[in-house]
Amino acid sequence: MHKPLLATLGIALLATTSANAQSVNIYNWSDYIAEDTLAKFEAETGITPVYDVFDSNEIVEAKLLAGNSGYDVVVPSGFFLERQIQVGLFQPLDKSLLPNMENLDPRIMEIVETHDPGSEYSVPYMWGTTALGYNVGMVTERLGENGPLESWDLLFDPEIAAQLQDCGIAVLDAPVEIVAAALNYLGLDPNSENADDLAAAEELIASVRPFVRYFHSSQYITDLANGDICLAVGYSGDVFIAADRAAEAGQGNEITYVIPEEGASLWFDMMAIPSDAPNPEAAHAYINFILKPEIAADITNYVWYANPNAASMDMVDPEIAGDPAIFPTEEVMANLYALKSHTPQFDQVLNRAWTRIKTGQ
Amino acid sequence: MSADAEIPDRPRPRLADTLRRFGLSGRTAVIAAPALWLALFFLAPLFVVLKIAFSTYALARPPYEPLLAWTQEGVLQITLHISNFLRPIQDPLFANAYLSSVQIAGISTIITLLIAYPMAWFIARSDEKYRNLLLMLVILPFWTSFLLRVYAWMGFLGQNGVFNQLLQGIGLTDAPVQMLYTPFAVYIGIVYTYLPFMVLPLFTTLVKLDQSLIEASGDLGAKPFVTFLTVTLPLSMPGIIAGSMLVFIPAIGEFVIPSLLGGADTLMIGRVLWDEFFSGRNWPSAAAVAIMMLVLLLIPIMLLARAQNAVVEKGA
Repeated sequence: MHKPLLATLGIALLATTSANAQSVNIYNWSDYIAEDTLAKFEAETGITPVYDVFDSNEIVEAKLLAGNSGYDVVVPSGFFLERQIQVGLFQPLDKSLLPNMENLDPRIMEIVETHDPGSEYSVPYMWGTTALGYNVGMVTERLGENGPLESWDLLFDPEIAAQLQDCGIAVLDAPVEIVAAALNYLGLDPNSENADDLAAAEELIASVRPFVRYFHSSQYITDLANGDICLAVGYSGDVFIAADRAAEAGQGNEITYVIPEEGASLWFDMMAIPSDAPNPEAAHAYINFILKPEIAADITNYVWYANPNAASMDMVDPEIAGDPAIFPTEEVMANLYALKSHTPQFDQVLNRAWTRIKTGQ
Repeated sequence: MSADAEIPDRPRPRLADTLRRFGLSGRTAVIAAPALWLALFFLAPLFVVLKIAFSTYALARPPYEPLLAWTQEGVLQITLHISNFLRPIQDPLFANAYLSSVQIAGISTIITLLIAYPMAWFIARSDEKYRNLLLMLVILPFWTSFLLRVYAWMGFLGQNGVFNQLLQGIGLTDAPVQMLYTPFAVYIGIVYTYLPFMVLPLFTTLVKLDQSLIEASGDLGAKPFVTFLTVTLPLSMPGIIAGSMLVFIPAIGEFVIPSLLGGADTLMIGRVLWDEFFSGRNWPSAAAVAIMMLVLLLIPIMLLARAQNAVVEKGA
């Protein structure tokens, strides 16, 4: 009587342990995946995904440099990945395990190859821009309809920024991107490693520093949605999430994302497998799964970031596919600049300048 | 022991005797355990940090150059970089962070003491029936995560938070007052978090305080305030110092509270180190700063410890 029961239990136990034997540890940006993606992945492959999030490229690099991070898939931006490849932090991809790579848009692949020639180590996940998100009501109330609503003046002109101080300005805690925006605003090369250029950018940011409420790379999503801040330098999709949450909350906060006329930075977040990944096979399975057109479309429809998956485009909501702030038109594209990887030496100088700016020292 | 007494004339080679021959007795074992613990979990990590502090940054895994290297001639080369230790001296950021941490931790300790003393006094003087319940209430917040409680304060102090709505509701202000991301919020966070660490040692000294001494003081004509200053306060000094150390030392290195509640200009050692380590990824520099801060922090901590010794000696 009990024997069959025991046998069933035994089989059940075996089944769960064999399922548990395969798991994949994913380290991705916060608010960067559709709600059901991981569940679908587990249902299809039987591999248990373990998902962890970060909100800055610096953290990813710090963890990877420390070694034994335990992650199987990480998603740094291309301008960080580039030099991480050179240090040997990633293992080459086995393309035979990634048949879905054929879905990728060749035009995007051409751009990301500046970071990873031949796409030997990485596959693009999503891409977007870093620009301004603001609360339309609060900002026009203070600056008027004719204010510089489509310009980096909102942040970098001390007179304008001073008027927005009371409703709150948030800036990403991302030195490379904010300094690049400042350099671009000053008419200099956003990827410049020249000491004088950096000093000029530092001076510019320091001049508006007193009006900045905080430097943080994810807090602004909630605060923008709740009306706790009125202007944020943010990642495109994150600002759209804030806009969506604000609309849902129905408290009259209207959030908009603008790529200012001076231009903005364009970046690509890349999926890669650390060289010490515990389970590279499962990592490949996960990357291949993300490259499925319907999955890429799901994510884009949920997080409002552009995906590099050409085959997914007819499944992306027309509202998103037709939004030039998400899928930029040729015209907007011409105004964007791609970020390049900095040398470690310059990175140190940049980070010290950034600490001085943040702390107001 | 009783077993030995029953069979007195039977010579037994005891393990303890054998061990004693090699200088190992129960006594040394007892002392060795904490010493080993300290060596393993305190000194060894400290040496690792020290080692990294003398290295230099490299984009590699791990992100610093090795200290020791074999040259081709088979010579062991040790390269020590002193520059990491020069930077904290040259860059005013670190001196300011140190001073600001000492200031924030010091002021927080005083505020905590002022709030905790009456609480501890009240609990110590309350009916024994309720005392355990009251003590329980002091410890109760520990049952939820510290991080969650700090997040809760973000909700209280935000632009649309409880306090601002209250202030506007009773008409004290028209516009929301900026409380979150200011030093004020950091003080609130530290005082709130560390309050139990002050209440408990104060309670233990106050509850032991001999009530007849206070009565005697009163009988001799001292007013309650004078009694407090001349009898209660000096007698509770050990509790005050123990509590102050328990609050001051962790508060000075606090990272979570200033980074969640403080603004970017709330300088504290913990945050500067975090930036150096994670954003800058410069382990050697971060390690050197950490070592220098550790040495510098020994000064206020030794002052507190000396005060404690003085009180203990006076008591004896």
